[in-house]
Amino acid sequence: MSAATQTAAPAAQSRFLYVLRLADASLILAQRLGELVGHGPALEEDLGLANVGLDLLGQARLLLTYAGEIEGKGRDEDALAFLREHRDFLNPILVEQPNGDFGQTLVRQFLIDAWQLELYERLTQSTDARLAEVAAKAVKETRYHLRYSSSWVVRLGDGTQESHDRVQQALDQLWPYTRELFDADEIDNEMIRAGIAPDFSAVRQGWDATVNAVLAEATLQRPADKPYLWYGKRGDHSEHLGRLLAEMQYMQRTYPGASW
Amino acid sequence: MSDSREWPLYEIFIRARGGLDHKHVGSIHAVDDRMAIEHARDVYTRRQEGVSIWVVKSANIVASDPADADAFFEPARDKVYRHPTFYDIPEEVKTL
Repeated sequence: MSAATQTAAPAAQSRFLYVLRLADASLILAQRLGELVGHGPALEEDLGLANVGLDLLGQARLLLTYAGEIEGKGRDEDALAFLREHRDFLNPILVEQPNGDFGQTLVRQFLIDAWQLELYERLTQSTDARLAEVAAKAVKETRYHLRYSSSWVVRLGDGTQESHDRVQQALDQLWPYTRELFDADEIDNEMIRAGIAPDFSAVRQGWDATVNAVLAEATLQRPADKPYLWYGKRGDHSEHLGRLLAEMQYMQRTYPGASW
Repeated sequence: MSDSREWPLYEIFIRARGGLDHKHVGSIHAVDDRMAIEHARDVYTRRQEGVSIWVVKSANIVASDPADADAFFEPARDKVYRHPTFYDIPEEVKTL
């Protein structure tokens, strides 16, 4: 084997953490959307958001199961979802942000959908066959998610003065959390070198193009990027994650091993 | 219709499989055509019910008046000879 094609196989621990990052992004956002079931502004939107949430939960289940296998300590999807502590969750901070009003829910969704689409499209080419399989399934789902959320961002942004202002405010508030999606740390870089993860700058470029086009159509201003030092993917979370986990994990913590 | 801010109503037609007709499945509210398609997808195809969706604003459907039912449909009731099965086909007729 020539030196050029030789890549050190990444450590199992790094692969475990990388897959967990992907899994937790979908899991925590699914939980947030689940909170809205029965509270949507219209029956149709209620179902629409629930469908997106269930797609994300499906992705999370496949990824968590895979992460558990890589780790090799016998933890299954349930153990990883319901019995991990706050700091062991590796989702980006963006997905744990509260639902807020409908506009804020949809802006958060849009920013993530645009990211996941770029990511999954490229992950279908991953050297990790399992990740490529999950991505091939998820990319179709995500294409619809993005269609749904971007049409709402345009509708609200280019709607009434009030809807415009509220969506712009949500965008300004959530924008700083998008940064960690594109900052590759040593674990990400290890995955990129092994061809497991895609090149983050290409993901960023694709995301920029989508976001810029939709924001322009929605007559919204793209906020300025600011330095930001919190990384959910390293276990640093906002105050909101604890409360979300308390609700999500309550049943398994109170009645360990309960099932139906 | 009592509240003018209520979203317009759309009628939803779903084609279950290639080759079949679009069938009326129900209605949804939406502010525009695009949203109507998305809502129809979210409400009526979550269990693999379809491969194609048509939506049409309910207001664009011209319907017969139930009050006309007698005049419209009753007269056909006693005209069974309009069904091809009413007629006996002679043995000699091979192709019809």
